Amino acid sequence: MQINEHKPLIVAFCCNWCSYAGADLAGNNRLNYPADVKIIRVPCSCRVNPIFVLRAFQRGADGVIICGCHPGDCHYTSGNYYTRRRMTLLFSMLDYLGIERERTRVEWVSAAEGAKFADTMNEFVKKVTSLGENKKLEDLRCKR
Amino acid sequence: MQKITKSQLVDKAVSLLADGTVSAVLGWSMGEFSYDVTPRIFTTEDDIRKSFVFNDFCGANLSKYLVSKTDGIEGKLLVFLKPCDTYSFNQLLTEHRFNRENVYAVGIPCSGMVDISRLKAVSGDGITKIHEEEENLLVTTIYEDNPITVPAKDVLLERCDNCKSKKHVAFDELLGDSGEVIESARFDQVAEIEAMTPDERFAFWQSQLSRCIRCNACRDVCPACTCEKCVFDNPLSGAENKSPANNFEEQMFHIIRAYHVAGRCTDCGECSRVCPEKIPLHLLNRKFIKDINEFYGEYQAGAEVGARAPLVDYTVDDPEPCDVLDRRDTDA
Amino acid sequence: MLKCPIDKMDDVFEEIAKIAKLYLPVDIGESIVYKPWEKGDVWSDAVNTSLSPKELFFPQTENLMEFKTEGKSIEVIDTRRENGPFVVFGVRACDVKSIEVLDRVFLAEPVDSYYAKRREEGIIISTACTRPAETCFCTTFDVSPQEPSGDISSWKTDEEVFFKANTEKGENFLKKITSYIVECDEDRVREQKEKILKIMDKLPLKNLKADAFGGGKTDEFFCHPAWDELSGSCLGCGACTFVCPTCQCYDIKDFNTGSGIIRFRCWDSCMYSDFTKMAHGNNRHTQKERFRQRFMHKLVYYPENNEGIFGCVGCGRCIAKCPVSMNIVKVMKKIGGK
Repeated sequence: MQINEHKPLIVAFCCNWCSYAGADLAGNNRLNYPADVKIIRVPCSCRVNPIFVLRAFQRGADGVIICGCHPGDCHYTSGNYYTRRRMTLLFSMLDYLGIERERTRVEWVSAAEGAKFADTMNEFVKKVTSLGENKKLEDLRCKR
Repeated sequence: MQKITKSQLVDKAVSLLADGTVSAVLGWSMGEFSYDVTPRIFTTEDDIRKSFVFNDFCGANLSKYLVSKTDGIEGKLLVFLKPCDTYSFNQLLTEHRFNRENVYAVGIPCSGMVDISRLKAVSGDGITKIHEEEENLLVTTIYEDNPITVPAKDVLLERCDNCKSKKHVAFDELLGDSGEVIESARFDQVAEIEAMTPDERFAFWQSQLSRCIRCNACRDVCPACTCEKCVFDNPLSGAENKSPANNFEEQMFHIIRAYHVAGRCTDCGECSRVCPEKIPLHLLNRKFIKDINEFYGEYQAGAEVGARAPLVDYTVDDPEPCDVLDRRDTDA
Repeated sequence: MLKCPIDKMDDVFEEIAKIAKLYLPVDIGESIVYKPWEKGDVWSDAVNTSLSPKELFFPQTENLMEFKTEGKSIEVIDTRRENGPFVVFGVRACDVKSIEVLDRVFLAEPVDSYYAKRREEGIIISTACTRPAETCFCTTFDVSPQEPSGDISSWKTDEEVFFKANTEKGENFLKKITSYIVECDEDRVREQKEKILKIMDKLPLKNLKADAFGGGKTDEFFCHPAWDELSGSCLGCGACTFVCPTCQCYDIKDFNTGSGIIRFRCWDSCMYSDFTKMAHGNNRHTQKERFRQRFMHKLVYYPENNEGIFGCVGCGRCIAKCPVSMNIVKVMKKIGGK
């Protein structure tokens, strides 16, 4: 067993109507995904303010993923279209500031896609683990 | 040297005031040394004749003052707008930040404004007089016997070096000529930074942002930042912070500041002009503008009143975040 | 009087750095900053650093204490650390005077122990100005740019740097710097001082007088009609406050780290809408009141409480840094009638 390997903390913002239900389905189907993923339920993916993403990093997240309904399937008709633009620009800006782009992601997961949810999380955790600890957007005061 | 003289503006202001078209004038007032120009309201002819100034140092964008200065005003307020100021003017109108009926806008041409710190880098300190002669500035200092000649075009504000438009997009009346939108090189430096490796980019921005003293000048001068209560001043926002306590706070402030004006920023360059630490803040704003242009089609905030800003709009065919970021890899 | 050849100053800096942490004004890009000295750093000739040396004694952000809770017990952790001695080199006369202004606030009872500790640890080596800028008006507030105070004063000429100790602390420190420093007479320094005075006489703000202001003048100026016009241009940013060497207001805040609380203080600005905000709200509702507070504090309230000493030292930073060029000189001329 490797003791020194960094265990990443992943924050997943999941929309109430699709992705959160997708996570539920993954659980019901006994699909494995790492416990390092902490889910925050939001009414719609477009509820996620860019400040939330930065605050997650400040509070010790090593990766942030935003999950919502597939484009066209938003419970509120168009929320995820706005999410798409907002997060594209935010992630591009983080990349511009030199922060690893693999630490952020947007994924569309429907309520029927339990398997996709588990796969997405497994893959994302693996990627973030390989990047190691978040150093560039960390707030040392919040390190225990 | 500007294409329009101070006396033309003074005459215009005085006559509009005299015939009752306007009840007050928003312009620039003279300082202690020809370069420290302060925007302010003039209400009498005497005051205008005595203190009104228009020279190469009138960089200040007057548009934002309209939000507070037209509040409860009787009659109209005359405002002089340079081409780039007219974009901010339109953007504020789009956002319903002031009442158009309360304003009489006079468009004035601009040949670029001078950056006093760039000028001082050439002339040195101790400036007692700056005389504008044709394309040159004749700078008298206490340390040199003869005035130093500095070509104005060498010491312009960064935003004027990369002027995006000489066209007035809003006015009631035009003094002098209006020009055209210019193909500028304003995105070149953004592209240079994009071409760096992530670690180089990080180091570059750390070296810039670490100088921030969180004076909020960039926010408070910004014509797009007109929130009654800024998220950074609101203890309930969860993002309130008053000091650049560490790297994170610096990055957070500047990402969010630029983000909150993304799609609404007209690239007037005031943020970089006023930064006491000379942080190139326009490079953050321009990154958003460049991305918006590339991902969602060319868009110039303030070009027309009522346009829908890209971040409150969408199409079903917008690119996916991962595609956009990956595509950049293959380009590089 | 002691002197050292100017080309040997790097060796002197190296020697100082061995005894104490040395802060030297250095040009970095367009900023001039007090930087911890490293070999190769060049002593800036600029008249003013971008931020004043205030930040070395009263940092912009400073942790006061930490709290940790466990069950029902709360632990208070003292975050003060031994920093050891440090030297601030090349401080201009106005900035030295500004430290005296701060002393009267922080060292008065109850003494601010955080500030007092830094004052005790720090040695100020001042340097007479050689090239004042047009924005300088220190003489208005009785500062002598040719005769700076501090623990040690220095004068820079083209060939040499001269030193004179003013305090016991300074004297003891100078004794430790032995190489390249030799005894000399005061002739060259006297010449240098005359040269500076001649330059001062050419400055555009040399006739600015503060006589109209001072303690006991609150009634005279508080309701002055010009405050409306002057404050009308103010954007409400804190640039003037933060670059000011004498502004000393701060806010104390708690930061929740998730596992405890850090109580810190940070510079505050009377220009901000949430300045001195209390449960009932803010007692200054408009920018006019905030703007007036800043200048009344420097020109009237501070002298009233401090034997007539003004809360401005005329360094001119606010003139250079204000986004709309609204500054104390304009206020003094308009309100003071001169």
